[in-house]
Amino acid sequence: MTTTDPSVAASTAGGSTPFVKSVVELDRVVIRLAGDSGDGMQLTGNRFTSETASFGNDLSTLPNFPAEIRAPTGTLPGVSSFQLHFADHDIMTPGDAPDVLVAMNPAALKANLSDLPGGGLLIVDADEFTPRNLAKVGYAVNPLEDGSLDGWQLVSVPLTTLTLEALADSGLGKKEAERSKNMFTLGLLSWMYHRPTEGTVRFLERQFRRKPEIAAANIAAFRAGYNYGDTTEAFAVSYEIKPAPMAPGRYRNISGNQALALGIVAAGQRSGLPVFLGAYPITPASDILHELSRHKSFGVRTFQAEDEIAGIASAIGASFGGALGVTTTSGPGVSLKSEALGLAIMTELPLVVVDVQRGGPSTGLPTKTEQSDLLQAMFGRNGEAPVPVVAPRSPADCFDAALEAARIALTYRTPVMLLSDGYLANGAEPWQIPDVEELPDLSVEFATEPNAATPDGTPEFQPYLRDPETLARPWAIPGTSGMQHRIGGLEKADKTGNISYDPANHDLMTRLRQAKVDGIAASIGPTDVDDPDGNASVAVIGWGSTYGPIGAACRRIRRSGRSVAQIHLRHLNPFPADLGEVLRRYDRVICPEMNLGQLSMLLRAKYLVDVESHTQVRGLPFRAAELAAVVQDVIDSTTGGTQ
Amino acid sequence: MTTIDLGMPADGPIADAIARSVETQGEKQTTLKAKDLKTDQEVRWCPGCGDYVILNAVQSFLPSLGIAREDMVIVSGIGCSSRFPYYMNTYGMHSIHGRAPAIATGLAASRPDLSVWVVTGDGDALSIGGNHLIHTLRRNVNLKILLFNNRIYGLTKGQYSPTSEVGKVTKSTPMGSLDHPFNPVSLALGADAAFVGRAMDSDRKGLTEVLRQAAEHQGTALVEIYQNCNIFNDGAFDLLKDPTTGVQWSIPLVHGEPLVFGPDGASCVVRDEFGGLRIAETNQVDASEIVVHDATREDPSYAFALSRLSSQDLRYTPMGVFRSVQKPTYDRMMADQVEEARTSAPADLGALLAGNDTWTVSA
Repeated sequence: MTTTDPSVAASTAGGSTPFVKSVVELDRVVIRLAGDSGDGMQLTGNRFTSETASFGNDLSTLPNFPAEIRAPTGTLPGVSSFQLHFADHDIMTPGDAPDVLVAMNPAALKANLSDLPGGGLLIVDADEFTPRNLAKVGYAVNPLEDGSLDGWQLVSVPLTTLTLEALADSGLGKKEAERSKNMFTLGLLSWMYHRPTEGTVRFLERQFRRKPEIAAANIAAFRAGYNYGDTTEAFAVSYEIKPAPMAPGRYRNISGNQALALGIVAAGQRSGLPVFLGAYPITPASDILHELSRHKSFGVRTFQAEDEIAGIASAIGASFGGALGVTTTSGPGVSLKSEALGLAIMTELPLVVVDVQRGGPSTGLPTKTEQSDLLQAMFGRNGEAPVPVVAPRSPADCFDAALEAARIALTYRTPVMLLSDGYLANGAEPWQIPDVEELPDLSVEFATEPNAATPDGTPEFQPYLRDPETLARPWAIPGTSGMQHRIGGLEKADKTGNISYDPANHDLMTRLRQAKVDGIAASIGPTDVDDPDGNASVAVIGWGSTYGPIGAACRRIRRSGRSVAQIHLRHLNPFPADLGEVLRRYDRVICPEMNLGQLSMLLRAKYLVDVESHTQVRGLPFRAAELAAVVQDVIDSTTGGTQ
Repeated sequence: MTTIDLGMPADGPIADAIARSVETQGEKQTTLKAKDLKTDQEVRWCPGCGDYVILNAVQSFLPSLGIAREDMVIVSGIGCSSRFPYYMNTYGMHSIHGRAPAIATGLAASRPDLSVWVVTGDGDALSIGGNHLIHTLRRNVNLKILLFNNRIYGLTKGQYSPTSEVGKVTKSTPMGSLDHPFNPVSLALGADAAFVGRAMDSDRKGLTEVLRQAAEHQGTALVEIYQNCNIFNDGAFDLLKDPTTGVQWSIPLVHGEPLVFGPDGASCVVRDEFGGLRIAETNQVDASEIVVHDATREDPSYAFALSRLSSQDLRYTPMGVFRSVQKPTYDRMMADQVEEARTSAPADLGALLAGNDTWTVSA
């Protein structure tokens, strides 16, 4: 039997054969694990994800956690959750709503229950529903007992007690033993969904290799959870989700921040240049710093600077010296880096500026996602200060986007903004591991000889004499004889790079810097349009992490028999050369964004196309169903009007 | 001949580029004259500015280091002093306000084969760039910071600076400035700077000596240079420059020599009862009580106590090298970590991309 709805499957199977375990095949499941931020939900989610990845399902994850490291235990602000969508087919989002909610305490239940559709499977740790914990979140009566959860399939399991029982002989104290209840839960879920378990056992052994008793306890709890599922009458059904058909190749699971960091290492290797990262810790970008700091054997130098400004400034200094300079941050950090970014524009040095966007303005929502830094990336500097902007579309795509940002920076000698976001950064998906030899060649040629002559014929080096094709200036690095030159933030004279206050020169240089960035369009190919039947009169355009939800929404619409085109922009500055023409092909163009309409503003201004903005800033990705409804209304009103 | 030790040479495309330039343009020229360091750019400081004499002193002194000019980089921030790189035929960057130490840190940390100099001023280094300065000093990256202190904002036309004396009447403080000034030497020592010196713009010999010791020092060296702004703060250091008062109020710091100064050596420095230092009359104390200058003391409190002898009005100003101790440099340690990582695990990009947990989908 195959069904897409686990609740239906569970009630049918469970009702007919209560004591014989049955297996139900599903094509996809969305599970949300929710608990206190100290409960280890992110770890549990990541392990379940790894098991799922190695099993071969397609998957997409959505971690959601508070900014506080340890918010007061058992309170609503302290709830941390991890949602995983996995399937036997290609999926694009972490799922709109969970099919299964695991709530480790009353706060987790209260914070997440409204997202669980009626009939959904609800697993709770009954031990945590104490009068004290209930009171903390304002439950006057225990919801496990008052019938208020009758609309869901409630399975109330004493997870804490069971964990303690399993670890009775472990020698651990009660408090320590209790901490393994997340592994008990993971074991239970692993049984329910037929996940392979060896990876988790190996992981726990590795993770706690210096504390073998802790490793043993966690493994014991994990196995106890698995066996509990296998033997208890509380769970009559387990589920099977077959591996998804994927292109042949070797895969791994990867998060956006990991992929981005590896992309930077790869850019260093493919250019032959040392990588220098100047960074100041900031959520949600710090993991890139952590990851890169582990790869010194690749000649990667990481410098934890005293502030955001020193982060970018040191990277500029390193670029001047011939390194691939990189700085990583989030929106507030970009604000601080703005002036230095202007210096990189003026000195025309390669630099990759990574902005892992989060909710704003100001400190905003540090752990939540948003894509509201687009206009800041485009324009957030004094003067006419154009910067190329590249945005990855999925966690794994962060790898390719980082390489692309490095390519532009090195080829055109310019700072490049790489706009990731919190959802991409922490979300994960399977990634087909690329063949190193097939990665782009990013090798650069440093200038080593004079490129001009003084009026009397003496050879000289002109640091602003441009490549006629790319308009890039030569990159001559300290240490090379005869090429000494001075650069800086003051306006440069064309070619010579001397200080110039000449009005005509400033006009020329301003236009040259713009033309250089505009000219990048010649290297980026045509607009990415997905219009399978070619009949669409409505297009949905997006950038960055909305790729997944927009793509999923378009699939739903197409399944309903309608035509719709998906346009995705990887390059936000410059846009692909054919974008205006592409947009004008459609009667209606809808632009969903996790901001108040920044891309649509750019498109309307540049192309005079009536792009319709659809926006939300909830700190969470779009839900595909909601987007599909919006777009479907537009399609129906459009075709209704024309037929 | 190179008198100072530049770090390990570059490798990869950087080394290739350097080698190519040597092929086409000949061996690195390490015997330079002052004129080799001049550029064709017209020097645009105000006539009479103290910056001219510092520029000349630096151009005359640098050749003695035996470093090719292409191996020198001068990074500056914003302000009058920060025009310095344009007048030096080396590599240079005239950057943005206050950030030169951070830019130079990135350069020096990734290119230990270069001689990196920062030129900054009292506003640039101590006001807008104060954070970078203290962190650069504590980190001990191999770079030399020349802090031109004229105790005024010149380029913005005459506002008080973080080193201006209290009560300074300027365009922005018509009733006198209220904030207590920084003593740059005290600040640097508070940040645990390994090398701190002070010199006077007009004292070519003294300035050159401090610069030489700074250049030879491995790690961050801060040299405060008193510099006269003849437009907005003229005569700020006359007390120390005047032959008569200068002898009276300057305390020359010579390593290994007793701290005796003033006309006929009438004054000296002795320890006070709280572990600090005080001024005494030489003929009132026993010779054994007079402090013998030791710039190499690990503990910075002695150097700090020296820096506190002077007051805002410049009386009892020690001139010379306050502290010069050897500590591991950041760039060297960073290079060592890279080397250690390379030795323990060869760089295999394919293995890195694959990670520990992979699965294979077959055709």
